[in-house]
Amino acid sequence: MAGIRVVHYINQFFAGIGGEEKADTKPFKKEGVVGPGSALQAAFGEEMTIVGTVICGDTYFNENLDTVIPEIIKMIAGFNPQVFIAGPAFNAGRYGVACGAVCEAVARQLKIPVITGMYEENPGADMYKKSAYIIKTGNSAAKMRQAIPAMAKLALKLGKSEAIGTPEEEGYLPKGIRINIWYEKRGSARAVDMLIKKLRGEAFQTEYPMPVFDRVTPRPALKDLSKAKIALVTSGGIVPKGNPDRIESSSASKFGTYDLTGFDDLTAATHETAHGGYDPVYANQDPDRVLPVDVMRVLEKEGVIGSLHNTYYATVGNGTSVANAKKYAHAIGLELKEAGVDGIILTST
Amino acid sequence: MRLELGYISVKDVKFGEKTELRDGIVYVNKAELLETIADERLAKLDVDIVHPGESVRICPVKDVLEPRVKVSGSGNVFPGFFDDAKTVGEGRTHVLRGMGVMTVGKIVGFQEGIVDMAGPGADYTPFSQLINLVILADKVEGLKQHEHEAALRMVGLKATRYVAEVSRNAEPDEIKVYETKPLQEQLLEYPGLPKVAYVYALQTQGLLHDSYLYAVDAKKILPTLIYPTEVMDGAVISGNCVSACDKNTTYHHLNSPVIYDLFEHHGKDLNFVGVVVSNENVTLLDKERSSNYAAKLIKSMGVDGVIISEEGFGNPDADLMMNCKKIEAEGIKTVLITDEYAGRDGASQSLADGHVAANAVVTAGNANAVITLPKLDKVIGYVDAVNTIAGGFDGALAADGSITIEIQAITGATNELGFNRMGGSVI
Repeated sequence: MAGIRVVHYINQFFAGIGGEEKADTKPFKKEGVVGPGSALQAAFGEEMTIVGTVICGDTYFNENLDTVIPEIIKMIAGFNPQVFIAGPAFNAGRYGVACGAVCEAVARQLKIPVITGMYEENPGADMYKKSAYIIKTGNSAAKMRQAIPAMAKLALKLGKSEAIGTPEEEGYLPKGIRINIWYEKRGSARAVDMLIKKLRGEAFQTEYPMPVFDRVTPRPALKDLSKAKIALVTSGGIVPKGNPDRIESSSASKFGTYDLTGFDDLTAATHETAHGGYDPVYANQDPDRVLPVDVMRVLEKEGVIGSLHNTYYATVGNGTSVANAKKYAHAIGLELKEAGVDGIILTST
Repeated sequence: MRLELGYISVKDVKFGEKTELRDGIVYVNKAELLETIADERLAKLDVDIVHPGESVRICPVKDVLEPRVKVSGSGNVFPGFFDDAKTVGEGRTHVLRGMGVMTVGKIVGFQEGIVDMAGPGADYTPFSQLINLVILADKVEGLKQHEHEAALRMVGLKATRYVAEVSRNAEPDEIKVYETKPLQEQLLEYPGLPKVAYVYALQTQGLLHDSYLYAVDAKKILPTLIYPTEVMDGAVISGNCVSACDKNTTYHHLNSPVIYDLFEHHGKDLNFVGVVVSNENVTLLDKERSSNYAAKLIKSMGVDGVIISEEGFGNPDADLMMNCKKIEAEGIKTVLITDEYAGRDGASQSLADGHVAANAVVTAGNANAVITLPKLDKVIGYVDAVNTIAGGFDGALAADGSITIEIQAITGATNELGFNRMGGSVI
């Protein structure tokens, strides 16, 4: 077969199997086009070919997330595609979530371009707009005729590795992905222009709308510190000498888990900071300044705290994205919970 | 204060028997330069010259400077480092345009940058467009980090001052005049135009995070008013190259773009009345104090609007937001310049702090964006540093000599004075 190889994913309804009563259909694959795939194929012409279609019932998909995605990925990979398309799902919620989830998994595991189509209020749109190009469609299958050309056009561009335009130009939902572009004027000149407009009361467009910040409410105080197991966690980069996990000095890609058994005091001989965002001289002279093991051991001996947890966690906060920081915090939190830790002292720099 | 900047276009920089400017070419007597910058704290000093388009990678870069010399008017460029800190900003200053002086040497911390003179990396740094006199300097054994940084900083200032001297009696190719009157006069000069000031926040967090105002460590200042032309004469210099993408080199300060662009509009659609230099210290108390003081000063100046620039990221985002909300609370309009750390995939929130008052923001781009820089023919410095510098990671230097890094490792890539055309957007 000629052209760029495409695999298409649809649900039981668009495959013509049935509606809600057939939504428990298990995933299966078919060679070539099924249902709306024929309209896509017509729009592709000779340049791209739908080599296979994977079909799954929406209920089955959403109730078996852990097992169904690997199963579907295996079927898709078997067709050896270069581009993956799901849907369009219009405003069908479970179908939208399935299309988005499969797109995300395909992009991550098969590393090929993925595209789907949804109505912007479909819950799948918000969940997966960062992971896939989601062409904005009408809210029902009656809008298929409008959805197909836009999806086909973008899929062709992705398949041919052509430059992708803005959400407005291509018709996809804004992904909320920050990119770097070259503006006509330098930043300072853009700032002066923006200030003049703001002073005149004219409309202006900020280049970075403020996000909604995640504020954490402090937990209630521990009732009895003398029985509490306390852990230390730091974003100040204190690691065993030599930085065994090679935690990056900025934009850390990981956190480290280190043993404190037998340590009453951290010294320049045993520990150091991997952090590249502050003056490291004083932390390297005495790492307790950032990770206060010495004081915690004293409090432990005096019985002020029950015990110091013998594992500490460290990463580098410098230049690390908020999304990664959240991910590490979640993983560390789970481990500490399982270890029966009652309280955590978080130190930054 | 009225300052004439006389620009002399540098056609080339070459080594020669005598340090002089002849037919637009700067000749440098290497031995004399090395003697001038000699420092007992530095063991190995060498000088090289690189041109735009040459296949050269320079790393780790500490600072880049521009040769300027005071021809008339009081004081010297870089006031306070070599004299009794006479006030600068008036008279005539000559500029060797198109040339840089770059200091390079073994890593002090984790934080120095990369400059590629050719290839894809060259697009991200303005210094690939300059003919650079590169000073390579290594420390003597056992020198402490703070002393190491100070020694390198002085080498840059001394070398720049030495080279700039050749332009003293030259005929400028272009003369630009910048003038700011004493505040009470300047406020009245253009009655119909909005009055605007610039809040110039400097990174001041310790080793390789410091800036200097009239040779004073700026972490020790309270926000203070200066004339824009003082900055053009080197009143502000860099001791700062952490995550080199968004740290202001001395070259950036001398050519501080908000100042020059406000002058472009001065008397036309705004009245640029002055600059407030502020800092970004590490403690919350310092941040509150400096932002309170800056807002008070801005209000007392009676301006309608300000541009606030940031230097750095993370906790300086808090300084930026404090300055913004406190100045907006006085009924004064603000525009902010920052950069972003949105993750390598661009999917994360970009700043560590924010405020609803920050509704007018210019961004210099996502510093976490990853780029692969192919091997270049020549390396000046120590390219193995890319495995540990900010923006690099273990394995960043591949066997074929290419390096994969976040653009935060490239000197000046996301400069928050707004020096570059690159900026952040959203898809």
